[in-house]
Amino acid sequence: MGWKKYTGWLFLLPGFLGVSVFYLIPFLDVVRRSFTQAVGGKFVGLANYQMIFGNQAFLMAAKNTLRFAAVCLPLLLVISLGIAVLLQKLEAWSGFLKGAYLIPLAIPAASVVLLWKLLFDGRGILNGILTAAGQSGIDWMNTGASFGVLVFSYIWKNLGYDVVLWIAGLSMVPKQVYEAARVDGAGEWRCFFYITLPGIRPAAFTIVVISFLNSFKVFREAYLVAGNYPQDDIYLLQHLFQNWFRELSVDKMASGAVTMAAVIFFLVCLLQKSWDQK
Amino acid sequence: MEKQEYKACMHMGKRIQRAVCLGVLLAMAFLSLGPVVFLMGGSLMGSNEMEECIRPVLRGGDGYAVWKLFPMYPTLKHLVEVFFDSPEFFQMFWNSMKITAGTLLGQLLVGMPSAWGLAHYSFPGKKAVYMLYIVLMMMPFQVTMLSEYLVLDMLGIMDTLWAVILPGVFSTFSVFIMYRFFSGIPDAIIEAARCDGAGEFQIFWRMGIPLGSSGIISAMVLQFLECWNLIEQPVTFLKTKSLWPLSLYLPQISMEKAGFALCASMVTLLPALLVFLAGSDYLEQGITAAAIKE
Repeated sequence: MGWKKYTGWLFLLPGFLGVSVFYLIPFLDVVRRSFTQAVGGKFVGLANYQMIFGNQAFLMAAKNTLRFAAVCLPLLLVISLGIAVLLQKLEAWSGFLKGAYLIPLAIPAASVVLLWKLLFDGRGILNGILTAAGQSGIDWMNTGASFGVLVFSYIWKNLGYDVVLWIAGLSMVPKQVYEAARVDGAGEWRCFFYITLPGIRPAAFTIVVISFLNSFKVFREAYLVAGNYPQDDIYLLQHLFQNWFRELSVDKMASGAVTMAAVIFFLVCLLQKSWDQK
Repeated sequence: MEKQEYKACMHMGKRIQRAVCLGVLLAMAFLSLGPVVFLMGGSLMGSNEMEECIRPVLRGGDGYAVWKLFPMYPTLKHLVEVFFDSPEFFQMFWNSMKITAGTLLGQLLVGMPSAWGLAHYSFPGKKAVYMLYIVLMMMPFQVTMLSEYLVLDMLGIMDTLWAVILPGVFSTFSVFIMYRFFSGIPDAIIEAARCDGAGEFQIFWRMGIPLGSSGIISAMVLQFLECWNLIEQPVTFLKTKSLWPLSLYLPQISMEKAGFALCASMVTLLPALLVFLAGSDYLEQGITAAAIKE
């Protein structure tokens, strides 16, 4: 009888072994390495962490990554929420529109690289439109404007994802509350501010975290369009890790990975807490 | 009378509001769909017409690149070239296929039972495993890059397709999505099957999989799109170019062969587009299940 409570483990075992071999155990090894010298393996305490936090490239990449999140998350969240609210009011077109917003999720980054290059080249399509409208062209990929290109790519790619999430969040706000408010004479805006916004708060936190984690994938577009060393403003932690990997700087990679893991672990714990509250 | 006019006016205002909303929404949709239209037009465009359109980008000088939605002289020349005249493309197409199929099959094999075990049994250590899976699911590739490399190097499978497939098989993301759907199956019917003498594996096979099938499909659709678009892993773990998937090969084609490149991009997009169109409901369910607890 005693072994019966381990039946669940039998189902889990093959997968868990793989997870341990490929992720868990080697990551513990990486934690160990983050406190030792790359060559020789002598224990050096926090020296590796001091090294990356004194490293110009790391500071710049971390700053860019955070700045990217700080700019594109609010933008994406507001736009997608707006669309989700409008879609809910629209019956006829909503299926088609939702599908259209989701399509970029299916488009491989590699397939749009050429389009991005043609659009954002100094002599590209976008500058052609700008000059035709009487503006002067912008050197998109070699100035700070590259940051804008990256923000655009991210929003383009993730819009549908977030719209779907918001719609799920909105559907959890009970319909009767709206009806009651309408009877009491509340207009659209009042309904939005006093019913919708508080109603989607539980979903909002999850959506913020998920969108933040998805923002790491913008590296794909950045890397394919601009390569290993793009313009300074879009040099992200992802580029840095890739370059450290090529140099095989195990000490930097180990302490960098542990730092990043700690930040994300903290976020996930907050997320978990908000899930448990409901 | 006055009141009626006021009402009509309000009505009119509402309709205009509605039209403006729809206009904005449609414009955004067009922006999302734009690249697909662009690729379709571009893949049918002949070399000369293409050259004319993008000359300023190619050769510099005056003027700007322009784009036509539909080619003036459509041709299948590039399509034929992609399919019959470029062994490289074919090779990379198969690499992409192998990576995607290998990863998905593996996930079904080990991920499904894992999700079932987590959803319907309580056992010592379950909470810790569950937490570990969620944390791993959220980690970006950069966090696990070094650890994966250490193992792959030790196993001696760096620079083989296995280096991309094996870590992918044990991705906890699909386990989590399937777990969400399996959890929705009421314990009562499982208990009933148990009373009728069904074994644990039989319950999983005969009830769990059919009842959780929409979750399984959701996970597969999401993972297909992910695998087909894989960039970080192959770039890190594959040195030999002949092993590269399409996602790394396409950007290597020079701008000089833009027509061919666009056509290859279109062909690369097709499988993903098909999966998307066939599974868009599942895709939505999967996205929601991964984030929002209902």
